[in-house]
Amino acid sequence: MIALNVSRIALGGVAVLHDITFQARSGEMVALCGPNGAGKTTLLRALAGFLPGIQAPDPRQVAYLPQGARSAWGLTVGEVVALGRLPHGDANPEAVARAMRLCGVTDLRNARIDRISGGQARRAMLARVIATEAKVLLLDEPTADLDPDAAHRIMALLAGFARGGVTVVVVLHALDMVRDYADRMVVLQRGRIVADAPPEEAMPIVAAAFGLPLGIDRRPRLLAPGSE
Amino acid sequence: MIRILAALLGLLIIAGLLLGASGLGWPSREILIELRLPRTLLAALIGAGLGLSGAVLQGGLRNPLADPGLLGIGGGAAFGGMLAFYWGVSTMFTPALPIGGLLGAGLACFALFALAGRAPSGPALILAGVAISALAAAFLTVALTLAPNPFALAEITFWLMGGLQDRSLAHLALAAPPILVGAFILLRLGPGLDALSLGEDVARSLGRPVGHTLRWAALGTALVVGGGTAIAGSIGFVGLVVPHLLRPWLGERPSGLLGASVFAGAALLLGADLLARAGPMLLPLTQEPPLGVLTALLGAPFLIRIARKVVP
Repeated sequence: MIALNVSRIALGGVAVLHDITFQARSGEMVALCGPNGAGKTTLLRALAGFLPGIQAPDPRQVAYLPQGARSAWGLTVGEVVALGRLPHGDANPEAVARAMRLCGVTDLRNARIDRISGGQARRAMLARVIATEAKVLLLDEPTADLDPDAAHRIMALLAGFARGGVTVVVVLHALDMVRDYADRMVVLQRGRIVADAPPEEAMPIVAAAFGLPLGIDRRPRLLAPGSE
Repeated sequence: MIRILAALLGLLIIAGLLLGASGLGWPSREILIELRLPRTLLAALIGAGLGLSGAVLQGGLRNPLADPGLLGIGGGAAFGGMLAFYWGVSTMFTPALPIGGLLGAGLACFALFALAGRAPSGPALILAGVAISALAAAFLTVALTLAPNPFALAEITFWLMGGLQDRSLAHLALAAPPILVGAFILLRLGPGLDALSLGEDVARSLGRPVGHTLRWAALGTALVVGGGTAIAGSIGFVGLVVPHLLRPWLGERPSGLLGASVFAGAALLLGADLLARAGPMLLPLTQEPPLGVLTALLGAPFLIRIARKVVP
């Protein structure tokens, strides 16, 4: 479980979040949605304890995947994933191997993270988060750069973690993914939570937040695996 | 790899003990203990500190151009040592020069944390270091132009070029404590540096905040560079080049470079110092070439080779 109650969060003197009451229970996948600049990443970073005045959580219990993280050095995928064990101070090769297998990067273990594709690197970064075996996962755009099949696999994996009792909070722009996998959708607009509901119910509010019409489209599209 | 480097260092230490003004040979007990042992050990110790500090700073600042000289500690040490010259204290009391150097390094370190904060960010640390370097260089130049006599000017300039000629066990006793304590601090930073390679947010989420890592990296660097510069003057390049020499063999994970950079830095500086000592025998020189020049001559070709591989 992870929660945040703040009346105002300012970055560099500019208020970014207002009147936030947020809670995610264990066993639940919550998606944070909303327009660019609505405060999704700030809310996630606040949950991770990165903002001044907020107590940092135990790094063994809460794992965080930032948006667009890159490695400054040519670490191998195996070395990157092993960093997930740093909070525990153990090497735990089983946890590292399992995380790599779940994210489909086992074969890349000796490849340098700066010499593989963006999607492969993203999965390696996610494997690093999973290797921590935390109770709470805070993930900023885990499916960015991923092809549709890989994106579905990763979302199914995260949904599986949630069913196993992990708290998963994801920032997601892909609303199809939110509808297919998230239990709850929290919509942010200009720093305020404007909706907090199951995805289907929140769709009208999210459409209004983006200023786009809501409708039903009968054209063919890719579905989640096994949902014909 | 560490074993190979340790073996190389061992060979160089033996060579350092056997190499005299007239070639290789077993020295008398006095020469061995009073001259060659302190000089050899000082070269290894100072080189080890510089190599390690370079590896830590490049990792911590996530910048392959970072170098122990970046933080201004060497400049502070040079200024402190120069003051000891300037007021003629060092002619009455020889250890005044290294002690002045250590005090100057301490002052620069204090200024560094005053400017960059106690939990510095990378850019804050670099900016503070550059400011302190510039200030120390300015003071140094003023003092040089006001030098009391040409003799003092020549002596100061020679000391600033860096070298280990005529260093004794007393110098070793002055340099060893700060360098050993600094190295101890730096060697413990591996996990924090690894975490930082994925960015400051990831480092913090892994329980290794950047400010904490950089604070100890700066303090450890101040101790090893302060101790080294106070005894041997400014020796550039070792800290910059050592991590680059090791990455092709050991990979780029910052923590994987720390132990090896101790041995590689020691071997590089000791090798350079041996060349300096052999200089008058091999070349028509009346004096030993400055050590700082030789480290650059040894290191630069390697760096150029690496740069050619990196640039497409």
